[in-house]
Amino acid sequence: MFMLGPLGFAAPGLLLGLIALPVLWIILRAVPPAPIRRRFPGVALLLGLIDDETQTDRTPWWLLLLRMLAVAAVIIGFAGPVLNPQTQRTGTGPLLIVADGTWADARDWQSRRDRIAGLLAEAGRMGRTVAVTTLTDLGEGPVTFIAADAAAVRLPNLTPKPWDPDPAALTTWADAQTGDFDTFWLSDGLARDSRDSLLSALEQHGTVTVFQSPRATIGLKPASFADGKVGISAVRTPTGPAAELSVAAIGLDPGGIERQLATAPLTFDAGSADGTATFDLPPELRNRITRFELPGVRSAAAVSLTDDALKRREIALIAGRDDREGLQLLSPLYYLHEALAPNADLIDGTVTDILQANPDVIVLADVASLAAGEDQAMLDWVDKGGMLLRFAGPRMAASDISRTTEDPLMPVRLRQGGRSVGGAMSWGEPKTLAPFADTSPFFGLAIPADVTVSSQVMAQPDPTLADRVIAQLADGTPLVTRKIEGQGQIVLFHVTANAEWSTLPLSGLFVQMLERLAVSTRPVSPTPEDLAGTVWQPEDMLDAYGALNTADTQPGVAGEALATGIAGPGLPPGLYAGEKNRIAVNVIRPDTTLAPAAWPSRIVVEGMNTVRETVLKGWLLGAALCLLLLDIIASLALSGRLRGPRAEVAALLLLGLMALPQTGFAQETAPDPNADAFALRATTQMVMGHVLTGDQGVDDIAQAGLYGLSSTLFQRTSIEPGVPLGVNIETDELAFFPFLYWPITATQAMPSRDAYAKLNRYLRTGGMILFDTRDADTATFGSASPEGRKLQAIAAGLDIPPIEPVPADHVLTRSFYLLQDFPGRYDSRDVWVEAAPPDAVQADGMPFRNLNDGVTPVVIGGNDWAAAWATDQNGNRMFPVGRGMAGERQREIAMRFGVNLMMYVLTGNYKSDQVHVPALLERLGQ
Amino acid sequence: MTTPAALRAQAESLASPLPALLAEAEHLATTVLLGDHGRRRAGLGDTFWQYRPAQSHDEVRSIDWRRSGRSDGQFVQDKEWQIAQSVILWVDQAASMTFSSDKDLPTKGTRARTLALATAILLIRGGERVGLTGLRLPPRRGEAQIMQMANLLSQDDSLDYGSPETQGMLPHSRALFVSDFLGDMAPVEDALLRAADRGVRGALLQILDPQEEAFPFDGRTIFESMSGTLRHETLKAGDLKHRYLDRLAERKDRLAHLARTTGWQFSTHHTGTSASTALLWLYGALERKV
Repeated sequence: MFMLGPLGFAAPGLLLGLIALPVLWIILRAVPPAPIRRRFPGVALLLGLIDDETQTDRTPWWLLLLRMLAVAAVIIGFAGPVLNPQTQRTGTGPLLIVADGTWADARDWQSRRDRIAGLLAEAGRMGRTVAVTTLTDLGEGPVTFIAADAAAVRLPNLTPKPWDPDPAALTTWADAQTGDFDTFWLSDGLARDSRDSLLSALEQHGTVTVFQSPRATIGLKPASFADGKVGISAVRTPTGPAAELSVAAIGLDPGGIERQLATAPLTFDAGSADGTATFDLPPELRNRITRFELPGVRSAAAVSLTDDALKRREIALIAGRDDREGLQLLSPLYYLHEALAPNADLIDGTVTDILQANPDVIVLADVASLAAGEDQAMLDWVDKGGMLLRFAGPRMAASDISRTTEDPLMPVRLRQGGRSVGGAMSWGEPKTLAPFADTSPFFGLAIPADVTVSSQVMAQPDPTLADRVIAQLADGTPLVTRKIEGQGQIVLFHVTANAEWSTLPLSGLFVQMLERLAVSTRPVSPTPEDLAGTVWQPEDMLDAYGALNTADTQPGVAGEALATGIAGPGLPPGLYAGEKNRIAVNVIRPDTTLAPAAWPSRIVVEGMNTVRETVLKGWLLGAALCLLLLDIIASLALSGRLRGPRAEVAALLLLGLMALPQTGFAQETAPDPNADAFALRATTQMVMGHVLTGDQGVDDIAQAGLYGLSSTLFQRTSIEPGVPLGVNIETDELAFFPFLYWPITATQAMPSRDAYAKLNRYLRTGGMILFDTRDADTATFGSASPEGRKLQAIAAGLDIPPIEPVPADHVLTRSFYLLQDFPGRYDSRDVWVEAAPPDAVQADGMPFRNLNDGVTPVVIGGNDWAAAWATDQNGNRMFPVGRGMAGERQREIAMRFGVNLMMYVLTGNYKSDQVHVPALLERLGQ
Repeated sequence: MTTPAALRAQAESLASPLPALLAEAEHLATTVLLGDHGRRRAGLGDTFWQYRPAQSHDEVRSIDWRRSGRSDGQFVQDKEWQIAQSVILWVDQAASMTFSSDKDLPTKGTRARTLALATAILLIRGGERVGLTGLRLPPRRGEAQIMQMANLLSQDDSLDYGSPETQGMLPHSRALFVSDFLGDMAPVEDALLRAADRGVRGALLQILDPQEEAFPFDGRTIFESMSGTLRHETLKAGDLKHRYLDRLAERKDRLAHLARTTGWQFSTHHTGTSASTALLWLYGALERKV
């Protein structure tokens, strides 16, 4: 095969034909295109005219070039060009193909598989038997060599695993191999201790060839929490120049949908193998994170699962006494703060604000009672699973809370005053704690001897009291009581949260009790002793590509295996759930380092890239055909025969030729200048809109009607509208218009789904539509005018509230003029607006009801107002209304209705508010 | 070989275009004319024109007593002048008129004959006498004349370009020449000058195909006349366009000039446009007072 760079030719002799091209050039150039005979009576006028230039009988150079290219393409095409022809590899005997098959392979597993397929094809051509295996998924005993095509069938089963090869298993496997075979080893490029021993073991059986291409590998280490921030570090190999990647924190959003919650840059310094990224997130967001990822990297190492170590509870602290400034040690919250701050996020603020943040726990230290409203909200929050932790104190002891009846936010009733023992003014010794009962959540906690209680509030004996006590003093008085409320609980410590009444907050027992109450949780750092004998159920498992799969069908994993933290076939990386907490097993451990694999110099290392043979013959011949097609069109055009139907066909062909390489262009959406102009016209002034119905006559009347109304408003009121606009509800933005006039025609098209969404948004956000069926009497619904039915059909999809005929005290009757009815070209009484609330009452001393809120989003009638309002550009009325002076009066009232309507649209219920003026004056003290 | 059957068949085939031509021409004519037309002046005739005060030379019996009874003076009833005019038509029937650039367009000859015949129908219905030049059909009135004229007009000439005949033109009559005027201009000039000498006024209608007006050709082309006697070869037809159009404009200008000097009317009609506009122009041009 004749080679020319990466090109090979099957029949290079044909290339000699290229020499003939210049000859062809000269021949073609000399022959002019054939003339056309044309019958033309005007020839009499042409006689005697001489051509300007005689040169044009030669074929133009570009056409020649086109033809030359076509001929050259044909010649080269038949010479059988092949891109990247494969060279043959030699060898005999069985062949073992080994791939590392680790997570580091996953990113380009397809290319590895292609490489293996190439090697298999080659082995098949040479008649070698082949065995294919991955080091992470070794079989038992010696490998079986099978025919190459059979091995190729099994190739799709070969998948990488998200762990490293087990050195012990490798040794066992290597020892089990027998016979002579050559080995092709597809390495993932990472250094491992087990490589050398395996290499020497394989070399005992035959030559070893390694396929490895240098590339960067990055692994994310488990996240850690420090100083209120989440830090995540990564290792890489090779240590190249400074680089910056992006790490994404992924978790469930409040809607339960998994999404990217935050991203942070991950920076590697030049020459450094370690990089770090820091997330500074609000606790709510942080607690939602389930894993960190390097977006776009398909490898298990690019995913770092998080477990409970990152979760921190959110605790709100509220104290009742803020008047003792400066005495920090006496602050009721000081010890709570000290006990909780290391492991939880503390928030403070007003009760309302805190409830909105929805913390896990709210601590009320010496707060007797909450403001009205707050207590109900607090109760709701408890019902939904919140934990309310209360501490007693002087203020609570002095109050009457939960005295006669049990307060919903207190677990027990309290006796008045409480008690004080062992003080300067009292008998007896301070009391110690009794051992915790086995029903108590504190059961098993050791009680230090120095915990004493000198004052407390006393629980009222009740039938339910015994069930609610979870800790008591040695004399049997309750110290901690608890009540389950809905899904949550209310716990009361009968002592203060500071050291005033007891030494409990000073002891370690206080922290342990808080932990038992799940107020605070300790970061999980399970020791092997903790894990011994436990079984952990995998929840999610990571595959080598970094994708999470639910693993609820997998068997449990023993705690001992989990304690090692090393992922392997028995412990696939993923999230493991125990009784109370969850542990993540990641591919990259905190102490993992990565280094590129180094091979001894005796080993042949080949690149991973496979280059495929590409036969170019078809392409070249196709190109020649395309060129010849172009030549036909160009020749026709040149000789003037390209006209009529031929021109159309040629244009189509040309278009097709041009369109061929242009597939998949992304269309930029340029801003629409028409839409901009429309928006400007609609917003530079107050403009009324009318919905275009598609019926030119109706639309013109609507336009003229709004024009007439606009000029009337201009003359009579402070509203100075611009020229009204026709609005296409399908395409135009409605939000620019405070008011839309919608004449209904029986033939207009139903709005599309998008248009309905737009209309409903418009109605909900304060727009008003005046529906006009223009049929005088059929605004009474259920009647059978075609427009009425159309209106019903259209309005079915609209978000229209209940409606009623305009009541006599509606603000429409007095927003500018005092009106009793609302005629247009017709004078029908029934005009419908949104119904008043049923509980509206008559205002004091006024003929109106108190109808303050809400501007009706729709006004529905059939009086053909636009026709009554319509004027031409000169202000002349366009349509007669009624007869004589009575008709003129009706037109005037119609105009007044328009003015009232626009006043109502633009000022809302302002006129209705006026009913309060007497009351306001009275309150101002006259 | 003139057996009766063969003669009959020949005659049928010859006559077959006539009804279509007639029908088309009549259809065209009805768009213009609704009823008789007079001379729009007082004179001899049948229809009432106006009342005028009686003059001394008026006979007493010609006084209209009914009108005179309503006032003090005497009135005479004038009739509208109705006098027949002779109109001679010449339609170019040469081979160049058989050209049509598109199968949807009529040939120039068809358009010319339709227009001429429609004009003839109009004139005959208006009471004029119509005939063809060259003593083939002397001017007469009546429907039979139309049939004969259609018969004569449907013949074709084998010459490349036609030239008008002036024989048979009556003094002070009207004439209408319809042709493409692409051939030699000398016979046309000669005919017009001779007609002007005899006091004949009329109209020249040049009929052109849209392609003759646009010259949309390109590339190496051999142009041939319809019978193939004239030939012109060019290598770049596109380059000739301007010069051809200049010559065409010059030809039209010459015709217009000629018409102006002889008191004729001249217009150009394209087969791509509606025939009725041309007919309206013809009607106006022939109606014009001398």
